[in-house]
Amino acid sequence: MIDAFTLPEWAALAPPLLLALTALVLFAYDSINPRSTNRPVLAGVAVVGALASLVTAVWFTLAGTGADGPDAGYDLWFVVGDSVTGTGAIDLFGGQLVVDQMALFFMIVVAVVTALVAVASYDYMAGHAYQAEYYSLLLLAATGMSTMAAANSLVTIFIALELASLPSYALVAILKDNRGSVEAGLKYFLIGALSSAIFVYGISLVYGATGHLQLEAIAEMIATGEADAYSGLLGLGIVMLIGGFAFKTASVPFHFWAPEAYEGAPAPIAAFLSSASKAAGFVILFRVFTTAFPLETTTAVIGLDWTIAFIILAIVTMTVGNFAAATQQNVKRMLAYSSVGHAGYALIGLAALTVDGGELVLGAAMMHLLVYGFMNTGAFLFVGLAEYWGVGRTFDAYNGLAARAPVACAALAVFMFSLAGIPPFGGFWSKYFLFTGALEAASANSALLLVAAALVVNSALSLYYYSRLVKAVWINDADPSLDRDFGGTPTGLYAAILFAAVMTVVLLPAFGPVADLAIDAASAVLVS
Amino acid sequence: MMIETILAVTFAGALLTFLAPNRIAGKLAFAISLIPAGLSLWLFTAFDGSGNALLEGGELAFENRTTWIELGAYEISWYVGVDGISLPLVVLTTILTTLAIMSSWTPIDIRESQFYGLVLFIEANLIGVFVALDFFMWFIFWEAVLIPMYLLIGVWGGPRRKYAAIKFFIYTNVASLVMFAAFIALVFSLDVSSFGLPEVTQAMLNGGPDAFAGVAGSTVASLVFIAMFLGFAVKVPVVPFHTWLPDAHVEAPTPASVLLAGVLLKMGTYALLRFNFTMFPDQVETYAIPIAVIAVISVIYGAMLALAQTDLKRIVAYSSVSSMGYVILGLIAYTHFGVGGATFQMVSHGLISGLMFMAVGVIYNATHTRMVTDMSGMADKMPIAVGILIAGAFGYMGLPLMSGFAAEYFIFFGAFGSEVLSYAPVFTALAMFGIVIVAGYLLFAMQRTLFGPYRLETDYEVGRAPLHDIAPMFVLLGLIIALGVAPELIFDMILDAVDPILEFGGEA
Repeated sequence: MIDAFTLPEWAALAPPLLLALTALVLFAYDSINPRSTNRPVLAGVAVVGALASLVTAVWFTLAGTGADGPDAGYDLWFVVGDSVTGTGAIDLFGGQLVVDQMALFFMIVVAVVTALVAVASYDYMAGHAYQAEYYSLLLLAATGMSTMAAANSLVTIFIALELASLPSYALVAILKDNRGSVEAGLKYFLIGALSSAIFVYGISLVYGATGHLQLEAIAEMIATGEADAYSGLLGLGIVMLIGGFAFKTASVPFHFWAPEAYEGAPAPIAAFLSSASKAAGFVILFRVFTTAFPLETTTAVIGLDWTIAFIILAIVTMTVGNFAAATQQNVKRMLAYSSVGHAGYALIGLAALTVDGGELVLGAAMMHLLVYGFMNTGAFLFVGLAEYWGVGRTFDAYNGLAARAPVACAALAVFMFSLAGIPPFGGFWSKYFLFTGALEAASANSALLLVAAALVVNSALSLYYYSRLVKAVWINDADPSLDRDFGGTPTGLYAAILFAAVMTVVLLPAFGPVADLAIDAASAVLVS
Repeated sequence: MMIETILAVTFAGALLTFLAPNRIAGKLAFAISLIPAGLSLWLFTAFDGSGNALLEGGELAFENRTTWIELGAYEISWYVGVDGISLPLVVLTTILTTLAIMSSWTPIDIRESQFYGLVLFIEANLIGVFVALDFFMWFIFWEAVLIPMYLLIGVWGGPRRKYAAIKFFIYTNVASLVMFAAFIALVFSLDVSSFGLPEVTQAMLNGGPDAFAGVAGSTVASLVFIAMFLGFAVKVPVVPFHTWLPDAHVEAPTPASVLLAGVLLKMGTYALLRFNFTMFPDQVETYAIPIAVIAVISVIYGAMLALAQTDLKRIVAYSSVSSMGYVILGLIAYTHFGVGGATFQMVSHGLISGLMFMAVGVIYNATHTRMVTDMSGMADKMPIAVGILIAGAFGYMGLPLMSGFAAEYFIFFGAFGSEVLSYAPVFTALAMFGIVIVAGYLLFAMQRTLFGPYRLETDYEVGRAPLHDIAPMFVLLGLIIALGVAPELIFDMILDAVDPILEFGGEA
C-alpha cells in the first residue's frame, strides 16, 4: 500500500466542514444568480456535497480515525492527527469538539439522509420558488446535525443544536403559499424555542453546579465530589437537559410538534427531520449522559439513578407513539407517530445502561438509528412520491396503488416490514438487538423486564398499523372513481426510494461491520 | 455448501419469478422448484450424518459455519446442517412446494408472477427454518415466513381474507416475540458465548442456567420452558391457541393451505422438539401432565370441532388441530417410539393434509362451493378426484399400509409405555378415542358430499379435473403408501436422531 501521510487534526471535521462549504457554495450561486430555478445545478451541488461528506466520514471510519487501539486499518493512504498511534478520540479546540467513532458513525447517518433527501427533492420541489434557499438551508441544517455528532461541550452542543434547528424551522415552512406548511413551521418554531429555553436553563444549572461546560470536565467535578454541595441543582439541570433532548428526538413529553410539523412540511423535509435530526438528537443525548454524567458517580451525587428516568421515558414514548399511530387515518401522521415510537426504542440505549456494561444496548440503539435512516427516510419519501402524484393523504387514498406503481410499492412494503422489525430486512437486527440488550441488562436491573414487556406489546401494535399500509397498497382494490392516471416516474424520488430500499435489504446479510463499528464506538464512550 | 446452494437457488428463483410475466410464471416457478426438490432428494440419498444436531456424539451432515455478526461478547453465525429430524422435513418442504405450485395452475388467475414468487420465497424460508442451527439465523427464517404467508392469504384468499391474514400475522408474531424474549433471557443466564443451538443445548444439559434478574436458575429454566412452549403452541397450534388456524385455512387459497398445513404447522412441532424437548429434559418431566392434558384436549376438541363443521375446508383445518395433538402426545411420552413417532407424524401429516387440501381444492375449482350441504353425488362427476379424496381420508383415519397408520401406531405404542408421563395409559386411551371421531366426521362428510344422487345446481357443466390437478395428488398418495408400507425409509434416520435426546434426558 501507499505510505500513509498525516493530515492536520482539524481535518477530522471534514464531514461537517464539507456540508458547510456546500451550503456556502449554494449561497454564493444564489447571490450571483438570484431566483435561479436551475434545479439540476442546485440539487446536483447539494447531492455532491452530501456525498462528499458521506465518503469522507466512511473513509475516516475505515481508516480508524478516532478509534482506540492499533488494530484499525491505517493503510487507506492517510491518517488524521495522532490516530496512527492509536490514541483514540481526537480532541479539538480544547475538547470542545471530539471526533471519535461515535461521531463518525452519526456523521454517516446524517450525510446519508441528507443525500437521499436532496436527490428526492429534485422532483418534489419542482415548480416551487426558493430553490437555492431550500438546498442551502438543507445543507446548513445538516452541518448543524453533523457538528452535533462531534460536539463535546454544552456550549458547542447548544450552538450546533441551534444551527440545526433554525434552518429546519424555515424548511418546514418553505411552501409559503401552503397554509399547512406555514402553520407547521410556526408550531415547530414555538415548541422549539420553548425547549431551547429549557435546555439553556438546564445548561446554566449544570454550569452552576460544576463550574464547567466541557463534558469531561463536568464528569471530573462530579467524580471528585466538587459538585456534592449542589446535588439538587445538578439533578434539576439534568432533568432540564433531558427536556431539550426530548424535543430534538421527538420523545415524550416534547413530541407534540412532530405530527404537526411532519404533516405540514414538504415530505422530504419530514424525512430529514424524522431521521437525521432525530439521530443527531440522540448522539448528543448519548454523549452527554455517558461522558458528562457517568452512571456510577452521578448516582452517588444526585442520589438517583438516571436510567430510571430513561426507563420511564422509553416505555411512555414507545407506547404513546405506537398507540397514537395505530389510530391515524392520515399516512404522514401515522409515520410521524411511528417515529415517536422509534424514539422510544432508541431510548432503551440509555435506559438499559448499567454500571459495568451496556455497550451492546447502546450500540444497538446506534445501529437502530442508522437502519432507521434508510427505512424511515424511504417511507417518508414514498409519501413524497404519493404527494407528487397527487394521491390523497389517507390510507384509503393509497388503496390499490401497487397496480399503478409496483416497484415503488414493493419498496414501501420493505420499509414497513423493516420498521416493524420483520426479517428479512435490516430493521430486524437493530430492533431485536435492542430487545436483546434490554434483556441482558435485566439480569442486573429487573426494571428492564418492563421495557422488554412494553416492547412486545408495542411490536404487535406496530405490526398492525404498518401492515395496514401494505394492505392498502397491495391488497385493497382502488376506488374505481379515483383517477389513477397521474404523471410519469420521477427519477429523483424513485432513485432515492429504491436506494433506501436496497440498503434496507442489504443491511440484513451485511450487518456485521455495522454492528462491530457501533459496539466499538459505544464501548469507547462508555469507558472514557 | 449444498444447503447454501438450495437456499440460494430458491431465493434467486423467487426473485426471478416475481419479475417474470404473469403468463409464464406458473410454469417457470414449477421448473425452478424442481431444482431444490431434486437437490434435497440428493441430500437425502447422500446423507451421512448420525446422532442429533444439538447433542454430542453425532456427526452433522452438510455442516457449514461462519461468523456472521459479533454482538459484543456473543457470536451470531451462519450455521447450517441437517440431522435425521430435519432432513425428512426439508424433503417434505421441497416436494410439497413443487406439488402445490402445480396445483395452483387452475385456481390462481390474477397476479400470477407475484403469487408464485411468494410461494418460492416461503419455500426458501421454510427450508431455512429446518437447516439453521444458530438461534438468530433460525429466527430470521422463522419470522420471514410470515410476510409471504400474510400476502398469500391477503391477496388471493377468500371473502374474509383481510381479517384472516392480519389475525394470522399478529397472532404468530406475538408468539414469536414471547419465545424470543424467553430464549434470550436463557442465553444470558447460561455460560455461553454464542447463539449456536448446540452450544446452548449443551450448556443447558451440563449445569443449566444461573440466576437471572434475581430469579433462581431452576426457576429461570421453568419460566423459559413455559414461555417457549406457549410461543410454539400458537404455531402448532394446540387448543386454546388454535383460533387463528381455521380462519387462515379457510380464507387461504388452496396452495397456501397446503403449505400452511403441510409445513408451517410442522415448524411449531419441530421447534418444540428442538428447543423444549431437547434442551429441557427436567422440565419436560415436571410439566408432563399439563402438556399431555393439552395434547389430549387438542385431539378430542379439535376432532369435535371438525365434526360440527359443514365446510369441507374447515373440517380438514380442524382435523389438523387434532393431528397435531397426537404429535404433542408422542413428544411428551418421551420414549423411543413416542418422539420418533411424533416426528414421523409431522412428515406423514404434511403429506396427508396436503393431499386433502388439494382434493378439496379440486372439487371447489369445479363446483365453487365447499359446503357439505350444497353437494351430493360428486363421485359421479369427478370419479378420480373423489377417489383420491377418499384415499386421503382413509390415510387420516389411519388405515394400515398408509403412513397415517404407522405414525399413529408408533405414537400410541410409545405413549402407552411412557415412564415420564404418569397415567400414560389413560392419556393414550383417551387420545385413541379421537380416531373414532375422526372416522366419524370424515365418513359422514364424504357420505353426504360424494355419494348419493348428484344434485348441485350450476349454470355450467361440472367437468373432470385437468391432469395437472390430479397428478400432484397421485404423487402424494404414492408417498403416503410408500411410507405406510416401508416406514423405515425415514423412520430409521429419525430414530437415530431422536435417541440421543432421550439418552441425555436420562430416560432411554
